[in-house]
Amino acid sequence: MGMARRLFVSFALGGLVALAGCDSSELSEDEKAKIASLSIDALGPLPPSPGNRFADHPRAAAFGQLLFFEEGLSGEGNVSCATCHMPDLQFQDGLPRGVAVGESDRRTMPLAGTGWNVWQFWDGRRDSLWSQALTPLEDQREHAGNRTAFAHYIAATYPDGYAEVFGALPVLDGLPANASPLGNEAERAAWAAMGEDERDAVNRVFANLGKAIGAFERTLHPPETRFDRFARAVAAGEVAKGDAAFSDLEQEGLRLFIGKANCLECHNGPRFTDDHFHNTGVPPVAGLPDDLGRAKGMADVLADPFNCLGPYSDAAPEACEALRFMQRDAAVMERAYKTPSLRGAASRPPYMHAGQINTLDGVIDHYSTAPEAVSGESEIRGVVFTDRGRRALIAFLKTLDVEPLSGPPGRSP
Amino acid sequence: MAAQRANGKQRLILAGAGLLVASVAIYAAFRLFAPPPPEMDTAYNTVSRDGLYQVMFEPETQPVPLNETHDWVVVITTPEGAAVEDAQISIDGGMPDHGHGLPTEPEASENPGEGRYRVEGMRFNMGGHWEIRIGIDAEPGLDEAVFNLDL
Ligand code: HEC
Ligand code: HEC
Repeated sequence: MGMARRLFVSFALGGLVALAGCDSSELSEDEKAKIASLSIDALGPLPPSPGNRFADHPRAAAFGQLLFFEEGLSGEGNVSCATCHMPDLQFQDGLPRGVAVGESDRRTMPLAGTGWNVWQFWDGRRDSLWSQALTPLEDQREHAGNRTAFAHYIAATYPDGYAEVFGALPVLDGLPANASPLGNEAERAAWAAMGEDERDAVNRVFANLGKAIGAFERTLHPPETRFDRFARAVAAGEVAKGDAAFSDLEQEGLRLFIGKANCLECHNGPRFTDDHFHNTGVPPVAGLPDDLGRAKGMADVLADPFNCLGPYSDAAPEACEALRFMQRDAAVMERAYKTPSLRGAASRPPYMHAGQINTLDGVIDHYSTAPEAVSGESEIRGVVFTDRGRRALIAFLKTLDVEPLSGPPGRSP
Repeated sequence: MAAQRANGKQRLILAGAGLLVASVAIYAAFRLFAPPPPEMDTAYNTVSRDGLYQVMFEPETQPVPLNETHDWVVVITTPEGAAVEDAQISIDGGMPDHGHGLPTEPEASENPGEGRYRVEGMRFNMGGHWEIRIGIDAEPGLDEAVFNLDL
């Protein structure tokens, strides 16, 4: 017994000594697991896009790339997706709100990694990349075009490119030059006057343009960052070297992010988003129409004829998981917006769904003061940051920045 | 000396066995009366509030995944172990500490028999403590089983 006790005591002492000798900057197992969960190495394969059977066809993606940069797909022939989603700026524009024919009510979102999204847009009013792409094309402040005009344009400009992927275009002779259920009064009247089959044929061409663009966007993957190299070293139990090594400040910021600051509640997983919607009390911009966020977005996605369950989707209904199990409680989702990815965020101010906050400092202020929401209820409980804590958090967010793309997808494939 | 050592050894074995029995008993009691702890990730088992049902669930993938829509199989029996069929099942839940619900609205889709029900559309979008409430309406009556899980 004496021996056993002595042994036990010396073990316990040894343990104490080891603990005391522990470097305070050593990461705990729990911290290491959280860091690994955020690493790009934890990003699973691109999820399927069941509504788009061309989603992974290289030829569809090449055609989609062409369309993404095609200004002909607009009312006045001067707007393409790239007008707002600029390849050299992480496929966004650095403006508080996107501008083309007019100014929109929300901030342009970056596109890398959108193939992994469950929902598209700040309010998730679309459930796929292909159905998303159709929205700006007919938005009067964005491309300001209409689907019948787009079909005519493709027939005149890219009949072979289209046919190679989707088969021959339908006969469009005799269809009005401009017609859409979402256009101006004349366009809506022209649409209503078309036969059922004609409308369906035009919708099909329109949906295919979205499917090609969606296939292209799926090729835009989030690039590796300094944080990922650090996380890889941590996961391997190695000391991070070179640019992967974190300064004390950066490591402190990372610790806050995954710990006391609660950021991980929403900005989690390798894309730093939970693919869900939260009211975080970001104040609306004065003068803009009232914006209820997800509370309205959920009704919009259900009503979208191009959603996963609609007639232009290639999905079996069972595959439409996002829609089938969608959280439908509008009261809970009032002024809730999709958690944005934080990859690359440091170098693309302004922030939030309508560019309400100009700097990362301002963002930290927001999380620290946690203002009450104008309506609905903010989920943010204020976190008190020391001056150093605030600088640390920002230093960490900068390790998630992306280097300017070396070989951005060009204007022609 | 030698006898003493043997004696000590025997006592040690006895004590060890006693400890084992005690811990098994405590573990069993724990399983019966307490919500299962997160480490118990193979099967989650509980008795409904009014004691009408014994309810167990198995997530389709182990451990319960974060940010992935997945299925559960819920198995419902009477406390005596008879399978409960044709139950109306509702799934609800959330994070009590955060005051929010589930990010999805899961549904019980099929009841292939033996008290088994497939629940589709389960999703958890944050690590932390979740409460899942399974409402059961069947022959024995209306009752609710509550599970606690830590992700
Ligand atoms: C006027 C500028 C503008 C143009 C042109 C434009 N977008 Fe956008 N884009 C935005 C804005 C603003 C948002 C956010 C809008 C919202 O949430 O209501 C957005 C959101 C998106 C999203 C959602 C990303 C996410 O993470 O949810 C995708 C994808 C996208 N645009 C692709 C496109 C494509 C493809 C085109 C061309 C067919 C296009 N955009 C044309 C400004 C523009
Ligand atoms: C309750 C969920 C939640 C928590 C917790 C949370 N965020 Fe956010 N975050 C969001 C949402 C939602 C938005 C977008 C809000 C909007 O536009 O109205 C956002 C936006 C941001 C943005 C702006 C990104 C962009 O592209 O506009 C940054 C940066 C950010 N959060 C960092 C953090 C940090 C740092 C923490 C921890 C201190 C944190 N967040 C905690 C949900 C959350």
